[in-house]
Amino acid sequence: MTATTPRPASAEALPAKPAIRLGDLLFSRAALWSGGLILVILAAVAIFLVAQSIPALTADPADFVGQPASFLDYVWPLVFGTLWSAALALVMALPLAIGIALFISHYAPRKLAQALGYLVDLLAAVPSVVYGLWGIGVLAPAIQPVYSWLVDNAGWFPLFAGPVSGTGRTILTAGIVLGVMILPVMTAICREVFLQTPVLHEEAALALGATRWEMIRMAVLPFGRPGIISGAMLGLGRALGETMAVAMVLSPQAIVSFALLQSANPSTIAANIALSFPEAYGVNVNLLIATGLVLFLITLAVNSIARYVVNRRKDFSGAN
Amino acid sequence: MTAIQTAPANPLAHGRLHRRTPWMVLGLSFAVAAGVLSLLAAAGTIGSLNLIAVAVLGTVFYIVSIGVLSSQVEGRRQATDRIVTAVVTTAFVLAVIPLVSLVFTVVANGLARFDVQFFTFSMRNVVGEGGGAVHAITGTLLMTGTAAIISIPIGLLTAIYLVEYGRGPLARAITFFVDVMTGIPSIVAGLFAFALFALFFGPGVRMGFAGAVALSVLMIPVVVRSCEEMLRIVPNELREASFALGVPKWLTVLKVVLPTSIAGITTGIMLAIARVIGETAPLLIVAGFTASMNTNLFADRMQSLPVFVFTSYANQGVDFQADLDRAWAGALTLILIVMVLNLAARLIARFFAPKFGR
Repeated sequence: MTATTPRPASAEALPAKPAIRLGDLLFSRAALWSGGLILVILAAVAIFLVAQSIPALTADPADFVGQPASFLDYVWPLVFGTLWSAALALVMALPLAIGIALFISHYAPRKLAQALGYLVDLLAAVPSVVYGLWGIGVLAPAIQPVYSWLVDNAGWFPLFAGPVSGTGRTILTAGIVLGVMILPVMTAICREVFLQTPVLHEEAALALGATRWEMIRMAVLPFGRPGIISGAMLGLGRALGETMAVAMVLSPQAIVSFALLQSANPSTIAANIALSFPEAYGVNVNLLIATGLVLFLITLAVNSIARYVVNRRKDFSGAN
Repeated sequence: MTAIQTAPANPLAHGRLHRRTPWMVLGLSFAVAAGVLSLLAAAGTIGSLNLIAVAVLGTVFYIVSIGVLSSQVEGRRQATDRIVTAVVTTAFVLAVIPLVSLVFTVVANGLARFDVQFFTFSMRNVVGEGGGAVHAITGTLLMTGTAAIISIPIGLLTAIYLVEYGRGPLARAITFFVDVMTGIPSIVAGLFAFALFALFFGPGVRMGFAGAVALSVLMIPVVVRSCEEMLRIVPNELREASFALGVPKWLTVLKVVLPTSIAGITTGIMLAIARVIGETAPLLIVAGFTASMNTNLFADRMQSLPVFVFTSYANQGVDFQADLDRAWAGALTLILIVMVLNLAARLIARFFAPKFGR
């Protein structure tokens, strides 16, 4: 469009091309450039992270804090902790989120539902550092007796193997805090989708004699499935990248362990960066940035899978 | 299905529980649970009567008994419905507990230092009691404000591009990458800003503007998403009417589409601000923490409220209670700011929403 060639004389014979107004041109260009800028920013994020990671990948591992055998040795326990805590959070939060969303959208009285929806939105905005403070100050001491009981009575189950942590600052506590944190986000998305179910579908189901649960199962849930999945994935992404809550609740060690209730817990990538970065120097800064790159790739993978699933399902769900 | 056998009078009709019956069953279940547990407590099997145990046991009793009762009177399908209703309500109550506990704790612990001094003093030269967070509040407002100034135009224009202009692979790519960006962990945004600014200012750079850049990386996709949604629900008839009157496209967008959706857009932007204002991790990395007031975005460390909460908690001094109190007061302030932003967003949405004459 920019370099239009001089119009041949015969063009006058053609129907006049609509003149492009200056305002239109400027406006559409501005919109286009901001859209492009987003791609540039994302590319810059990737490029800068990679560029700053390379020194860590080529450096001698002996220079790292703690002297791990290699970069992979350093990052693997962190990756494990990240995935494990996020999975715990998701397993606990997803059924609850669907339940709350259903309650707000289809069970609660209309007036109450609006207030509840607002409350959930508000809680979605509570900063993570506050959740961290709550987790360490309230949840950990309150739940420690339960952990002791679990270890005493269900210690044969590998996940609950002893010895129990005396402070309650375990990966399960971190998982619960993460679950509570992602609950409002997931609920908000699920509720939004459930509310968009075509009223005609619901009424048709009810008119055919379905009970409320059958109506939900036949009309609401199939319609909302992509929303549930994308909500879950968004929650998972948030749990994977969540920093402060985990950094405050856990007292981390570089181990790989599925045990939920012991005092030795794997840390997560994000928490490790936040705790180590202020004191990091030299190649250790690059090391932390490299772990950040790993985290970026993990969340990228999760989000892409979510996108793929949602787009694939969209065609069948009637959501469009 | 063949109803030729000797069926009861009308197989399609069945009894129904009275409207109040579930409530009575509920009360009865809790009473029974309390009774059983207090008997056990009296017998010495368990320590003492525990309210949580009563609630758990009562809920289980209720679900079982309403299921049995309903399947006897109303049939299997109705029973399933009643059980699911009970389970869904339980899920809701279960989830509300930690959230209520959170709000209650923050308010209860935060009020101790929620005083004038907290909002007029910085932490400069403060050891032990006293001191405040005015430096942190200033820093938060400055950095979030800058982030908003960067993100809102970019985000809004991108949303306009996606809705009004975008066709083909570029629009698809932008949509996809906005989704990707939504998922960027906040700490990675902080690392990006650090890497970017370390390039220009050398390693060990800490400045407020870098914090603002990190925040805008997090904020742009949120703004795009919410604005896009709001622009998409503007009825196409409005655009068509405007085009039919010969209004150019850019004026249609500016004078018809945007005013129609301005309430939703403002709400979305406020919610985006409310989201990034509580971000801790990126600011911890690129803006650092300090005890002094700093109003210059382009030099030196700048404290922010979330980081203030974190450092007060993490670096407790000898008088640790003073630090904890400050952390809780900071958390309370943060929640209040978020709440005010949310409320304002709702009010804007309510008062400035276009009237469709319904």
